[in-house]
Amino acid sequence: MNETALLIAAMLASGTPLAIAGLGLLINEKVGVLNLGAEGMLLVGAVTGFAVSFHTGSTVLALGAGACAAAVLAAIFGWLVIWINANQYATGLAVSLFGGGFSAFVGVPYVGQKLGAPVTHAIPLLGDIPFIGPALFRQHPVVYLTVIAVAVVAWFFYRTRAGLVLRAVGESPESAHALGYKVRLLRLAAVLAGGALCGVAGAYLSTIYTPLWVEGMVAGRGWIALALTVFATWRPARILLGAYLFGGVTMLQLHLQGLGVEVPSQFLSMLPYVATVVVLVLISRNPIWLRANMPASLGKPFFPGG
Amino acid sequence: MLRLEARPAPSRLFAWASPVLSLLITIAVATVLFIALGKDPVRSLTVFLIEPFNGLRSITELGLKATPLILCSLGLALCFRSNVWNIGAEGQYLAGAMVAGGLALWVTEANLGLNRWVFLPLAIIAGALGGAAWASIVALLRDRFNANEILVSLMLVYVANLLLNWLVFGPWKDPKGFNFPQSVSFADGAAIPRIITGMRLHWGFVVALLAALGMWLFMSRFYLGFALQVGGLAPAAARYAGFSSRSALWTSLLTSGALAGVAGAFEVAGPMGQLTPYVSNNYGFTAIIVAFVGRLHPLGCVLGSVLLSMFLIGGELAQSRVGLPSALSGVFQGVLLFSLLACDTLINYRLRWLPAAPRPGAKAAQAAGATA
Repeated sequence: MNETALLIAAMLASGTPLAIAGLGLLINEKVGVLNLGAEGMLLVGAVTGFAVSFHTGSTVLALGAGACAAAVLAAIFGWLVIWINANQYATGLAVSLFGGGFSAFVGVPYVGQKLGAPVTHAIPLLGDIPFIGPALFRQHPVVYLTVIAVAVVAWFFYRTRAGLVLRAVGESPESAHALGYKVRLLRLAAVLAGGALCGVAGAYLSTIYTPLWVEGMVAGRGWIALALTVFATWRPARILLGAYLFGGVTMLQLHLQGLGVEVPSQFLSMLPYVATVVVLVLISRNPIWLRANMPASLGKPFFPGG
Repeated sequence: MLRLEARPAPSRLFAWASPVLSLLITIAVATVLFIALGKDPVRSLTVFLIEPFNGLRSITELGLKATPLILCSLGLALCFRSNVWNIGAEGQYLAGAMVAGGLALWVTEANLGLNRWVFLPLAIIAGALGGAAWASIVALLRDRFNANEILVSLMLVYVANLLLNWLVFGPWKDPKGFNFPQSVSFADGAAIPRIITGMRLHWGFVVALLAALGMWLFMSRFYLGFALQVGGLAPAAARYAGFSSRSALWTSLLTSGALAGVAGAFEVAGPMGQLTPYVSNNYGFTAIIVAFVGRLHPLGCVLGSVLLSMFLIGGELAQSRVGLPSALSGVFQGVLLFSLLACDTLINYRLRWLPAAPRPGAKAAQAAGATA
């Protein structure tokens, strides 16, 4: 009983970085920008966050710094793909490759360093409920904030005028342009916001989830987050669901390893990646359904008057 | 203000100038970085740009590192030209390395006493089969289930890596290897023949050059190669012409998988001589940069491979000679690709200096100001 509660709690904690990054990528894709640089942005956010936390001891500053660093990278990415029409795929890959190299380079002095154990905050009253308390309400504040952020983004996209405009930019940039909206600026804003969220996700990983820096520690979570947006068919709430599912797979794998199951650990470690492929296959099987949900201009550049 | 203006036709000049320009930008960034790190920029640049070409040994090492890059980037160039975004060459490379490694281990255990020249074609076949099989998963899932090839090929890199780890930590671990995660050393016959005695450069380099020539012929002289590229440039035109997008998908993925697999086979049976978890030096990912720097052209890929292997060796030398972290070469690779993509814009667009257009109403306000 108690162990199950802890497993659920761990699942939420490990799903949170995926949820944050997935939410950021969702914002990108809603305006039509496919960000293959997520992995690099997470890595840069992670190493920056770790460095700031190591020197200042402040997790809040670390998350903020991670967001800023990744947003800088996102600004370069955005400028390249939005203003000078560089290929979105290639540029995203460039961001990922650069992020990998840059984070390894910057992170050299921090390898092997440790941060203090992250604090968790039990919510008063709710945290005391048997089973549900330890399972859901004794997390780091970021876990709760992520849920709130998802709700806010969902509300923003589907209940506000600005959200409607952004979705219009993603569905038909030509129409949005004709109506007088600054398509490129709006896209850049979304790319910056998405990048910042990826940075937060990275910083969460290196300062809260596993408070240490290891080269390449993001381990494909940026790519899994990309798959999540497909899994969620571009709906914010489903991002959260998918993220927790993947978090569950990750935890299950660690849990099975802990139990000493007679399967080599490497095969268990494959689970999240294999699960991603399986999920992609299941969701993508119906191309019509996929096309109906996908922002229509996803991956296509927009050049006003060109 | 500066504005981008579409060119009537792509500029041939910038198609060639853009890689050179981006290399210059990278060197400029590197210089700034060296100064910021408190290192002598001239000395550091020499280590990065000149030393890798200094002497026969250095040049053979350059060719050794260029071999897997050439093979991987050729396949990727074909894929990208066909608009198939296979970015999992690293996984296909590892798959080839595992199959060829298995073959070499079998040859070693069975004590066949094979000649290296007999082993060479066997290693190529084994690597090609392994890589192509790994890539065929991507092709199958894309073809049958429409699953995004970028994500699938990438996820399979992690899977291949774990599979290799399992092999060298488990069934293929050398029992007398002091518990290190590595296989036994391959027999003398289970290796790629070397070109010059005493140097690590092997005949795989020549095979890679031949592959580049073959790919160039395939792209420029063969009907199928032409059909693939039409499919990449103008899918609608390809459909109209009756070129199958499915065959393009399978051809490009299997070819690039096979090439990456051969690269992996050469690496295990060439300089490594045994299977370890560190079979790849991120070659599959670096090859993405090579393919773009090489303009997705087979001969460009060869030049790009030499350039990028110079970066790799320069990074190693910079660590030992100047005390710079070798991770720096990863940063330079990223900067190179960034600036290349930015410069590539000049192929299709030109920069035009336009005087800021007067805003409507600005004149009226001016007139009103004059009368007041």
